[in-house]
Amino acid sequence: MSGYTIELKKTDLDTLRDVCKSFNNDPGELINVLHKAQSIFGYLPAEIQEVVAKELNISVAKVYGVVTFYSFFTMKPKGKFPISICTGTACYVRGADKVLEEFKRVLKLEVGETAQDGKFSLSCLRCVGACGLAPVVMVGEKTYGRVSPDEVRKIIEEYDGL
Amino acid sequence: MNLVKLTIDGQQVEVEKGTTIYKAAKQLGIDIPVLCYMDLHGMNIENKPGGCRICVVEVEGRRNLAPSCSTNVDEGMVVRTSSMRVINARRTVLEFILSDHPKECLSCAKSGHCELQDLAVKLGVREIPYQDTAEMSTYQKDYSPSIIRDMDKCVMCRRCETMCNDVQTVGALFAVNRGFEAVVAPAFEMDLQKSTCTYCGQCVAVCPTGALTEVDHTPSVIRALADPSKTVIVQTAPAVRAALGEEFGMEPGNLVTGQMAAALRRLGFNFVFDTDFAADLTIMEEGTELLGRLTKHLEGDKNVKLPILTSCCPGWVNFFEAQFPDMIDIPSTARSPQQMFGAIAKTYFADKIGVKREDLVVVSIMPCVAKKYESERDEFKVDGNPDVDFALTTRELAHLIKQANMDIKTLPEEDFDSPMGESTGASVIFGVTGGVIEAATRTAYEVFTKKKLEKVEFQQLRGLEGIRAAKVDFNGLELNIGIAHGLGNARKLLEDIRAGKSEFHAIEIMACPGGCIGGGGQPLHHGDSSILKKRAAALYREDDGKAIRKSHENPAIAELYEKFLGTPMSEKAHHLLHTHYASKQTVIHEKED
Repeated sequence: MSGYTIELKKTDLDTLRDVCKSFNNDPGELINVLHKAQSIFGYLPAEIQEVVAKELNISVAKVYGVVTFYSFFTMKPKGKFPISICTGTACYVRGADKVLEEFKRVLKLEVGETAQDGKFSLSCLRCVGACGLAPVVMVGEKTYGRVSPDEVRKIIEEYDGL
Repeated sequence: MNLVKLTIDGQQVEVEKGTTIYKAAKQLGIDIPVLCYMDLHGMNIENKPGGCRICVVEVEGRRNLAPSCSTNVDEGMVVRTSSMRVINARRTVLEFILSDHPKECLSCAKSGHCELQDLAVKLGVREIPYQDTAEMSTYQKDYSPSIIRDMDKCVMCRRCETMCNDVQTVGALFAVNRGFEAVVAPAFEMDLQKSTCTYCGQCVAVCPTGALTEVDHTPSVIRALADPSKTVIVQTAPAVRAALGEEFGMEPGNLVTGQMAAALRRLGFNFVFDTDFAADLTIMEEGTELLGRLTKHLEGDKNVKLPILTSCCPGWVNFFEAQFPDMIDIPSTARSPQQMFGAIAKTYFADKIGVKREDLVVVSIMPCVAKKYESERDEFKVDGNPDVDFALTTRELAHLIKQANMDIKTLPEEDFDSPMGESTGASVIFGVTGGVIEAATRTAYEVFTKKKLEKVEFQQLRGLEGIRAAKVDFNGLELNIGIAHGLGNARKLLEDIRAGKSEFHAIEIMACPGGCIGGGGQPLHHGDSSILKKRAAALYREDDGKAIRKSHENPAIAELYEKFLGTPMSEKAHHLLHTHYASKQTVIHEKED
């Protein structure tokens, strides 16, 4: 066993401590704290998890356990335009796998990866509750319904120059 | 009391409301097979995630089978624990678990002690139907100085997680990821060595499979014993003699001190010594330090740190270095008996027999897996050569004895060698919670009051309560003594000290529940506190039977000071018998924007 040092910018550290404090540093609020932290920082790197653990007085192993259990949480920075393909049952049977393959081919990204230039990232999610529009793709907060593989390039081009 | 009547396998039983089906069945003598479930009844700790589904039973009126470990009884419930439906389900569940489990039982360190293997035998598994089609998870083995994590063998019972978090409050291990990737691991799946792990080994002690095992030092010991250029000596910790017999089918509580010495001699150790000798030495140093601090405190010195905390237990030392680094100046600086023994063996004793340091191999037999790490600490090496070369657990010693085709039960009783085999009753009780502080009290009383202690037993310091407080009368001066075993209990006392609420003058802490008798390297006790009580009684019996029962009266210790060390806390003693601690806490460093 040996201790190690992590580094975080002072402003980020203050922001994170304020987030924890807004939940009264209550260990029972871990998921809410992580949710808020991810919405601020975009992802949950090890440094952030260390600070959350310390502030809530729980082990960092537990924080990491929760982060890796819920697919919503990510330890990698997402792209400026995060693309999520719904692979829930309804979307899947309507061809979401083919849509996903096309996104992977065009963007040259695997699921869970972020492009080098930080513009796009690719992930899967399970059911956004819009099964009538299956297969569904989300880019950031924007939803695309009844997506076919040949529309993929057009969707990506919408973000050209942005 | 609210009672509930139910029927299990055609038999009526009445149990308290809130009882699980598993426990109700047990009252009828029906032992439902389990895997993830663990009941440490002596410590009020139950692990029942209900995840493995091996313990399923049929409940009339319910569509699905119910996990008996985590389903409570209901009035009028009719349960069948061994219907064909249940038996088939259990076997299928086990086959699924085995589909993602390596099939290397022949060479697995847990072979013969593996609960998964036992279940396969019990449930009559003769083939593993899914192994060719199923995905197999693969993880890198994680080697630390004390513990090996082989997560391919993890069945996600999460018993280790319960021990690490609920009992020990160490927080090194937690369940991470999902599905096939799911595993119990340190944060960020870092190596155990980097985590807050204290190597107490309580996770190893409860792991049902070969996923968590101690680092095996027996091959190195065998190599040393076979090397004619080496003089190999051995020391045995007090708790080992009270438990080793269990590995040979003896009832818990049998002392096998003499047989153990005989076995070690037959294995080829040149000198068979006793860590108890070094425990007496520890008392001389730690006791002197305690009295020194106490005297200064009584004289009104505000800078003196009280309470003084014991420092014999390496798991405990790791714990405060990682989690209470602001308090590293409170524990005694005295090294543990294992390390004091090593330091004296490789100086005083090596000179005495005319053997060079590098040709002397010191092996220790410990109830502990953290002792392996302790022996590798840089503070305990001279030019890279460790004071203690190899630390074997009680279980490893049993393996070694069995490999040599010996049986502890049929060996004659032999004595330890002189001089480092001489010990007192005070040192024997080091192996049980409360024992170190009782031993220290016996000596400190006589040195402080300059009076003879008429009754050496301090009953108020004994027992298995997790946290105990006792008062000892030092001829009018009342000494407040605290005792904690199990790191979760230690944490409570430490938090009191940190908050300035502690009234204790001295506190003894042992990392493992029960003290060393319940150490992570001992024969598995499966949480049965009656076994711990029997082991404790055995040590008190050995103390009772000793001619000398106070550490400062050990003639070999007196001779060691006279001929070599001078006085306790002398410069030489400081150099060889004391140590220092360092923070191992993760530091959060603020960067300027």
